[in-house]
Amino acid sequence: MNQQKDYFPEGDAFYASLRSRYRAAGIWQFIFLSALLAAIIALTALLYNVVDGAFGYIAYEYKKSPTEFTSTPINELTQEELLVILKDNLSAGAYKKLDTEQKMETRSQSDLLSLFMERLVRIDTKGTWSMTESLTRGAEIQAEVAEKYPKATLEFRSWLTPQFLVTPMSSRAEFAGVRTAILGSLWLVGIAILFALPIGTGAAIYLQEYAPKNWLTNIIQTNINNLAGVPSIVYGMLGLAVFVRVLETFTSGAMFGVTDSNGRTVLSAGLTMGILVLPLIIINAQEAIKAVPDSLRQAAYGVGATRWQTVWHHVLPNALPGILTGSILALSRALGETAPLIVVGASTFISLDPSSPFSKFTALPIQIYQWTTRAQSEFHAIAAGAIIVLLALLLTLNATAIMLRNRFQKRW
Amino acid sequence: MKEEALHPKTIAAQGFRQIDLKKKTRLSESVIQASLFFAGILSILITLAIVYELGKEALLFFNDPDVTLMKFFGTTKWQPGIGQYGIWALVSSTLVTSTIAILISLPLGLAAAIYLSEYASYRARSILKPILEILAGIPTVVYGYFALLFVTPILKSIFGDALQVYNMLSAGLVMGIMILPLISSMSEDALSAVPNSLREAAYAMGATKYEASVQIVLPAALSGIGAAVIIGISRAVGETMIVAVAAGAGPNFTFNPLQAAETMTGHIARISGGDLSYNSIDYTSLFAIALMLFLVTLVLNLVSQWVVNRFREQYE
Repeated sequence: MNQQKDYFPEGDAFYASLRSRYRAAGIWQFIFLSALLAAIIALTALLYNVVDGAFGYIAYEYKKSPTEFTSTPINELTQEELLVILKDNLSAGAYKKLDTEQKMETRSQSDLLSLFMERLVRIDTKGTWSMTESLTRGAEIQAEVAEKYPKATLEFRSWLTPQFLVTPMSSRAEFAGVRTAILGSLWLVGIAILFALPIGTGAAIYLQEYAPKNWLTNIIQTNINNLAGVPSIVYGMLGLAVFVRVLETFTSGAMFGVTDSNGRTVLSAGLTMGILVLPLIIINAQEAIKAVPDSLRQAAYGVGATRWQTVWHHVLPNALPGILTGSILALSRALGETAPLIVVGASTFISLDPSSPFSKFTALPIQIYQWTTRAQSEFHAIAAGAIIVLLALLLTLNATAIMLRNRFQKRW
Repeated sequence: MKEEALHPKTIAAQGFRQIDLKKKTRLSESVIQASLFFAGILSILITLAIVYELGKEALLFFNDPDVTLMKFFGTTKWQPGIGQYGIWALVSSTLVTSTIAILISLPLGLAAAIYLSEYASYRARSILKPILEILAGIPTVVYGYFALLFVTPILKSIFGDALQVYNMLSAGLVMGIMILPLISSMSEDALSAVPNSLREAAYAMGATKYEASVQIVLPAALSGIGAAVIIGISRAVGETMIVAVAAGAGPNFTFNPLQAAETMTGHIARISGGDLSYNSIDYTSLFAIALMLFLVTLVLNLVSQWVVNRFREQYE
């Protein structure tokens, strides 16, 4: 009897144990919930950190006054005037270099103006402050700047401007933009999807509709799952060895008469990305095909369709929204991948738009990496601006995927 | 009355047109099937290409008379340029950052999974889950920015000068946040797969929700959770950008998380980012590291699949 009492408390002891059990249950529920709260806090901190970096005070001086070059106010300078000023004041070599990048006469007024500011007037940033600092200790910062750099101008600046989106790279953070990087990213993602979507869908069709249940199919399936878990930098090494080195005549365009490049082209990088997202596309497409009910196939076979007719006319159209959703998600993965691009050899500095698959390239995440690892705080600010651009692109892609899924989702 | 199947000859004799019901071989069907098969087999070719290319260059590295396995696994300084080949200088940092990441992401991810699967109402789930999905979708280079420019300054105010500007602690912590959604979503799948009858039986015995979740459902889902942790480790070992940005440049054999040290992945990223001449010892050594990474993650992924298959509780 005594022993039983330990297991089944009675009376007050029973209620005491019940209370402590309920208390434990309540405490643990709070602990479980707080893990999610921690995730929310982390996400908020991350987003706040990025936005915080992209706006704020900047204190700068001009190395030379604009009045040394012209008597007209800066904003009223015309294209012709700017051309003359640049030609007169830049060294011949520098002017020629700019001219080969893009003919000076064809450049827009705003482009020339920023060249003027960048090369001749030469802005000299003394310091930058984050948004929070600027808002909370604005007066302190003003006093500090007035004391330390009496000649400096202090202004509140958004680093993310329309100008930021359309200007190419620059060695000065104040004039840099992400145009080359965005175009590079688009090229990359485009090549990757052109390569991976047909092959991935084909592989998924084979595995779901054709493959016999045998050891080979098993190996393929296991292998695809494993490929999905291979670190992205290993794909980068594969791309470096295969696309950049072995297939150099193809990826550099030498085969097609392009002479001025090596294997480190946007094509190599795009194909590497394609291989990287291939397992994701296959797995997603398989799920989409699996969701098409068997009755459809049997109906098709019943009226005498061949296997391919069944797949092409009945399975694929019904699986298409799922396959597209999966591909968009794979795209957004490719858009954010950085490590393989570094290995394959993204250019650290180019201001030319990529114009063919055989161009040198840079990409948004590469720019973010480059700018984040610079020591000067103004580069951190433009890194934050570029991150916002990247996140906005990703958000658009994912929203499209979700809309596609909701719009075409069928319940069988 | 039973219908009798007519023999083709009988049909012909009766003047009907004879139909050949044998399956025709259609050329286009075979071509299509062959190309689909090729698409399927391509994934195996990719794996073989990875093994071949990494293996070939790594072999060049190990064939260098200067490199011995004793040096590779037995010393702790890594600088191929001047004949130091101790891989532990890089492995130690990978171990430290991955351990920190798992120490953060396992408890948090598991707790989040339990809450989402056992506690949360439908409405709460529909709000909370997307937050984890957003975390999972953020590019790792953004996490790198976050680690260097947000977490490190905060840690600096806690640890003071003992903390170096680049350090493994901040990289590891942020990596933990990055892996959290992975572990929580895989664990949640495992928990949800446990049939409701088990929970109901526990409630019928008077168990509280906590007791049912932790003592009944959790053990039943343990194989799936184990698999999630292994995948999480594999992801942490292979993660590049966070450590490349925040953990420091330069191999350093240390287990002190406050110090800067370069991981295997970070080292590959930094060295290959510069101009490398093919066939140099620097170049081939990268492939040796990449091969190690590939093998480690491959084994981890295989183990995780094996754990799921071997220890899965079947309820149906």
